[in-house]
Amino acid sequence: MKICVQREAFDAGAEIGAMSRDPKTGAVACFVGSVRDVNEGTSVEALTLEHYPGMTEKAIAGIVEEARRRWEVRDCTVIHRYGELRPGDPIVLVAVASAHRHDAFAACEFIMDFLKTRAPFWKKEETPAGARWVEARPSDEAAAERWQDSARKSA
Amino acid sequence: MLYFASVREKVGRESEEIELPADVATLGALRAHLRSRGGAWAEALAETRALRAAVNREMAPPSAPLRAGDEVAFFPPVTGG
Repeated sequence: MKICVQREAFDAGAEIGAMSRDPKTGAVACFVGSVRDVNEGTSVEALTLEHYPGMTEKAIAGIVEEARRRWEVRDCTVIHRYGELRPGDPIVLVAVASAHRHDAFAACEFIMDFLKTRAPFWKKEETPAGARWVEARPSDEAAAERWQDSARKSA
Repeated sequence: MLYFASVREKVGRESEEIELPADVATLGALRAHLRSRGGAWAEALAETRALRAAVNREMAPPSAPLRAGDEVAFFPPVTGG
């Protein structure tokens, strides 16, 4: 398991290649998020990501731990950047190795949904009209809530 | 105390140490106590504002109890990923 909160860019291909690929791993699912040049109809020139050092790593570790309780996860890499980013720059990587694709896809999506709503990061966008803090989206919260419903159903 | 993102900008401070008044025993009471400073504090921590908080680096509800030495943070809902 690898969790990194870093300023530097990452190489998604190299990260996936470096994951543990024991003979029982049959699937690796990966998500890479990057900076869009437009948000809510306004063009975005740059993005600054602030985070809570110390809590961020702990929150991500907790999310990965929860994913491991729910699915068969053989290895997992999460990298989240902070600092100043430009459109097209990668922000986040989540890669999950499992025996089968279902677990890899589900755990990867679960980790992303909870990163968006539980990990202490805040985005500030530079737009032609000035800087603005990005508002949390109800749809992201709903995406995370959906997993809690599925946990209750299966409990 | 730690303040992040728009809360930090509004109150013009990223951290401070405070002495907990005897009647402030929970996170919610601490928020109200800070609000009583008035001005930017009243606005940044207004009841109508959706804020999140952490105690010792874990998300915590307003009912969370506080003890001397706790690290408490107030911040807006998160927007990472």
